[in-house]
Amino acid sequence: MNPAPDSHRLSYGTQWRRVSPKYVAVEIAASIIAGVVLAAVSVFFILVVRAWFGWWMLGASIAIMIVLLIVAPRRARAIGYQLRDDDLLFRRGIMFLRIVAVPYGRMQLIDINRGPLGRALGLSDLKFVTAAATSGVAIPGLPEAEADALRDQLIGLAEARRTGL
Amino acid sequence: MTVNGETASGETAPDMPDMPGAPGVPSSMPPSLPPVAAHLADGEWHRLHWASPLLKGGFVLVAVLAFILTNLRERLVELFIPTGPGPGDGGGGGSGGGGQGGRGNPGDNGDIVSLVYSHGQTGIAILIIFGVILVAIAAFALAWRMHSFRIGSDAVEVKSGVLFRHNRQARLDRIQGIHITRPLFARLFGAARIELTVAGQDAKVELAYLGSSQVDELRREILRRASGVLESEARAAAQAADDAGVGATVGDASGFGSPEPRPGILNRRLGEFLAPELDPDAAPPESVVKITPLRLIGSLVLSEFTVVLLLVIAALVVSTVFAHHTFILFLLLPSVIGSLGYYSRRFTKSLRYSIAGTPDGVRVGFGLFTINNDTLPPGRIHAIEVTQPILWRPAGWWMIRINRAGHASSHGGAGQPHTLLLPVGRVADVERVLGLLLPGLAVASPTDASDQQQLQRLVLAGLTARHGAGFSSTPARGFWLRPLSWRRTGFAVTPDAVLLRTGFVWRRLSVVPLARLQSLHVTQGPVRRVLDLAALDFNTIAGPVRAKLGVIDRRAAVAAFTELSAGAVLAARADDSHRWAGRATPALHASDDNPLVPLLPTPEHPETDR
Repeated sequence: MNPAPDSHRLSYGTQWRRVSPKYVAVEIAASIIAGVVLAAVSVFFILVVRAWFGWWMLGASIAIMIVLLIVAPRRARAIGYQLRDDDLLFRRGIMFLRIVAVPYGRMQLIDINRGPLGRALGLSDLKFVTAAATSGVAIPGLPEAEADALRDQLIGLAEARRTGL
Repeated sequence: MTVNGETASGETAPDMPDMPGAPGVPSSMPPSLPPVAAHLADGEWHRLHWASPLLKGGFVLVAVLAFILTNLRERLVELFIPTGPGPGDGGGGGSGGGGQGGRGNPGDNGDIVSLVYSHGQTGIAILIIFGVILVAIAAFALAWRMHSFRIGSDAVEVKSGVLFRHNRQARLDRIQGIHITRPLFARLFGAARIELTVAGQDAKVELAYLGSSQVDELRREILRRASGVLESEARAAAQAADDAGVGATVGDASGFGSPEPRPGILNRRLGEFLAPELDPDAAPPESVVKITPLRLIGSLVLSEFTVVLLLVIAALVVSTVFAHHTFILFLLLPSVIGSLGYYSRRFTKSLRYSIAGTPDGVRVGFGLFTINNDTLPPGRIHAIEVTQPILWRPAGWWMIRINRAGHASSHGGAGQPHTLLLPVGRVADVERVLGLLLPGLAVASPTDASDQQQLQRLVLAGLTARHGAGFSSTPARGFWLRPLSWRRTGFAVTPDAVLLRTGFVWRRLSVVPLARLQSLHVTQGPVRRVLDLAALDFNTIAGPVRAKLGVIDRRAAVAAFTELSAGAVLAARADDSHRWAGRATPALHASDDNPLVPLLPTPEHPETDR
């Protein structure tokens, strides 16, 4: 590793609005599910195929799960968004950091999705869709009321700044 | 205008004699009718060209009919002119193989018709056949009758379908492109197809077919309405342009309704058949780029396809000569021969290429047999890419591709989708085409000559320079990710677009108009973090162009992100190209540039850190 990797870290602005702390639970659940699925595949290889690498796989999947569980809170904290005057900023990722700027006027539609676990925790995912498929602005883990308010706010902003395609 | 009297073609009276079999042909039309386009675009319902069912698949029916008739000919002759068994009967079988010679009539063809006939079911068989034919004709005619369209002041609407009715309406100011296709067969009938594409999946309005000359008028009228130019202005312009003294009807400026004696129908058909662009008024007759057939052939030969083909042929030769695997030869030889067809297809489809700027956008035409004509209204281009495959470098050729929102079903130059705007051209051609595509960018609009030169130099640098020259530079750390092209990788910002220069072997210059930028990414993975680099990604409508800068200094990336995200908002706000002519000064409506932002051709990080 580089001696000072953090000084090379991409950073932009400071006033990021974070998603709900409860979203960590969703990340943890997703990590556990991923780990369990991987472990199940490994067990299948051990018991049915009797492959020599089965135990290695099991070990690796458990290790992956542990790493995912450790970084889950950081991953949740790395998600942030900013409502600037004319565009929406969104960032996510620790290892693969990604910052997107989308002008409000580019909005084509806004999706609000609620998964089973998110619903239990009162969380929604908000997706800002533009004409470019690669924009990919999906803010997970917003409290339901906040997601609805944000959607209305974004739609209002988009209406005020509407542009052509 | 009544729907009944208005025929498919809706052409003016002198055209009537050439549609003898047309269903519902009116007896006559008053000669004082307004010219065709204003007439077609009058907001009433109209039908398509009478030959449309025929051109859209009715040829199969005609072929079946002809087949049956040739088989039945002898029988019919016998039926209506009974002569008794004699030489005529034998003559009927003369062409057949005589496979059924043993029974029935001697000399039978052996086909179903004669079989039925010989079994005494003649009447029923003929009835069934004619019934089927009649039903098919009726179905075609009915489908034709039920297919109608109307063009209002701000939308086009199509109704079609007999059992399942289908109604589609598209707003004119949302049109992303107008394609006119004139297939060879349709040209024989003086018909053409017009397609209006809007953004979205399968989002187009197709009018197939209309009269060939009507289509040009219609395109102009649609573009005029989409442009938002005021009707009074259009009328004034039409009147000014019109020295032939045609009535100053809206949108009419061609000689279609001119009082001079009309040429005969045959001559007119011939003229339509031969003319690549029927509308000399709407487009400057001069194309800004000429592609000679020789250059076209050269560009086709010097392609990756040729390399693959040569490799396959070499493998074939080696395997047959040394390994005696002749079966591979038989396996692959047909496809090798078939690939010659690929060359000729691409060649004929790219022949007669022309590109010209009109007040209503860029017009691209091409094709030898099937003539295509594609109009891109201003502000419909989302990204432009100028590339040079390695094999083209000695010749100095480039090609231009674009991202656009509408996708027509017909194909563009070289049989590719309508995203290939310049199949092959030199640097001067590229500059001219870029000037048409982005009037603010290259040569057309900047008033200050020095600005203009600066921009021109910038484009040239983006094409050929190895480093620097007005583009941002990449630190040498970029070598680890782009070992060949890191020096070339860079970007430059003009008032209304961002230019990305990438690629060393496949040289590439991508241009994204800021007013069309959908969103902007800056990303950093672990490798780039170690190298203190980042990647900048410009998201546009999906298409062949992917505007991305793979390596860029982290600080420069952050600065560019700030500047360009603000610039995109500004450009989008200043952009009014969806109603490109609806501004105060119609004379300037071809230019799309944004005078608010000062020219910034110098990037943040001139070549310092390397």
